[in-house]
Amino acid sequence: MSSVLYDTPGPRARTRNVVLSVVFFAVLALVLWWAVLKLDDKGQLAGALWKPFTTSEAWTTYLLPGLGNTLKAAALSMVIALPLGAVFGIARMSDHRWVRVPAGVVVEFFRAIPVLLLMLFASEFYVRSTDIPSDSRPLYAVITGLVLYNASVLAEVVRAGILSLPKGQTEAAYAIGLRKGQTMAGILLPQAVTAMLPAIVSQLVVIVKDTALGGVMLQFPDLLNARSTLAANYANVIQSFAVVAVLYIVLNFLLTSFASWLEGRLRRSTRGTGAVLGAGTVEDLNAGDAHGAVSA
Amino acid sequence: MFDFLEGYDVLGAFWTTVQLTVLSGVGSLVWGILLAGMRVSPVPLMRGFGTAYVNIVRNIPLTIIILFTSLGLADIFGVTMGAEDFKIQGFRLAVLGLIAYTAAFVCEAIRSGINTVPLGQAEAARAIGLSFSQTLRLIVLPQAFRAVIGPLANVLIALTKNTTVAAAIGVAEAATLMKSMIENEAQTLAIGTVFALGFVVLTLPTGLLLGWLGKRLAVKR
Repeated sequence: MSSVLYDTPGPRARTRNVVLSVVFFAVLALVLWWAVLKLDDKGQLAGALWKPFTTSEAWTTYLLPGLGNTLKAAALSMVIALPLGAVFGIARMSDHRWVRVPAGVVVEFFRAIPVLLLMLFASEFYVRSTDIPSDSRPLYAVITGLVLYNASVLAEVVRAGILSLPKGQTEAAYAIGLRKGQTMAGILLPQAVTAMLPAIVSQLVVIVKDTALGGVMLQFPDLLNARSTLAANYANVIQSFAVVAVLYIVLNFLLTSFASWLEGRLRRSTRGTGAVLGAGTVEDLNAGDAHGAVSA
Repeated sequence: MFDFLEGYDVLGAFWTTVQLTVLSGVGSLVWGILLAGMRVSPVPLMRGFGTAYVNIVRNIPLTIIILFTSLGLADIFGVTMGAEDFKIQGFRLAVLGLIAYTAAFVCEAIRSGINTVPLGQAEAARAIGLSFSQTLRLIVLPQAFRAVIGPLANVLIALTKNTTVAAAIGVAEAATLMKSMIENEAQTLAIGTVFALGFVVLTLPTGLLLGWLGKRLAVKR
C-alpha cells in the first residue's frame, strides 16, 4: 500500500500512525460524548422517540408518500429536461451564428442562477398567469425550476459528450458522404449518449437533492416536508432528521454507485470510442461557470 | 421603470449573500483542506473518517443540513454560535451549514489535484532524500494547488448559488428578499430579472478571473 505521498510504513511510521489514531479517536469520542450528554439533557435519548419508525403508520402516512413525491418530481424533471437539454446542446454547436449565440446565452443564463430563485419565480408566475390549482402548483413550480436549471446543465453534458468523441468519427462520416444532420443523428449522438450515461445518472443525484428546496420554500409535499409534519406529530425532531437524512443518503449513494459502476464498465468496454463523461464532469458543469468547465 | 425597487434593500440583501459566500468560502477551504489531508493520510482511522464524511455529506440535500443547524443544533444541542440576536444566530448557523456541506466538495477537488501529480515525482523526491513533509511542501502541493484552481472556482460559484438556501431558515439574503418582493409587487418578471442578473454579476467575474488564473498557472504536462 503506497500513494504519491507516503511509502509503505516502516517501524517508526507505524508507531506514529498508532499515536495519531489514538489522538484522533479521542477527539471523535469527545465530540460524540458531548452530543450524547446534550441529547440526554434534553431527554432525546428516550427510546419512545424512535418508536414511531418501527410502526407502519409513520412510513405509510408520512415518509413513503414524501419519498414518492420526491422521486416523482425528480423523474419528471429528468424526463422533460433531457430532450430539452439535447436540443440546446446541439443548438450550441450549430454552424449558424443566430442559432448558436441565443442557445448559448440561454444555457449560460439558467446555469448561473440559483435553482431556488427559479422555483420561487415559477411559483409566483403560476399564481398570476395560469389557473393551475393551488394544490398542484408546488409540484409544477418545483419541476419548472428543476427543468430550466437541469436542461441547461444537460445541454452542456450533451455538448461535452459530442466534443469528447474522436474527430475521426466526423471526418469518416463526411468521407462516406453523410450530411451534417445525418452525421449528428446517426454517428455522433448515439455514441455521445453512451458516453454521457454516467454523467446523466450523477445529475439525478443533484436533482433529488434540489427537490428538497421545494419542500421547505414552496410547501411541496416531498420527503423533507413529510419530515416536518411527522416531527410535529411525534415531537422527534432529531430522530426524524436522522431517518430522513439516511433515506436521502441511501438513495443518492445507490445512484452514485450505479453511475461509477457504469463509468467503469463503459471505460473497459471494447466497443465504444473510449469517451466517457463521469461524475467529475457533472460537478464542474453544475457550478454554472462560463469558462473552462467544458473546455477540458 | 425600476420604481418597484423603492422601499426594498436589494443591495443590502445581496451584501448578505456576499458575506455568506465569503465567510463560508474561507471556512470551507480550511475545513476542506483538513478533510483532504485526512483522506490522503497514512492513518487508516483518519482516512476512514474523511471518506465517510465526504460520502455522507455530499449525498444529503443542503436544505436538510441548513434546516438541521437551526432546528437541531440550535434548538436541541444549544449551539447558538455566541449570538444573542435571533437574526445573527440564523446567519452564523447558515454559515456553519454551508461550511459543513461545501467542505466535502473542496476536499474532493483538492484530492483530485493531489492525484494529478504523477507518482514518479514523489518517488524521485524520496530518492534524492527528501522527507515526507519536504516532498509534500516542495513537490506535491505546489503542483496540486495549481491544478485545483479551476475546480475550486467551480465550488465557489456553486457556493454562491447555494447561499440562497439560507432562506430556508429566514436569513435575510437575496432569495428571501426576492420571495417577499414577488409576493408583494406586481412586476414579477422585472423583479426576477433583477435578482437573476445580481447572481450573474456575482458569479461571472469569479468564473472568468479564477478560470483564467487556473489556466495560466496549471502545470502543463
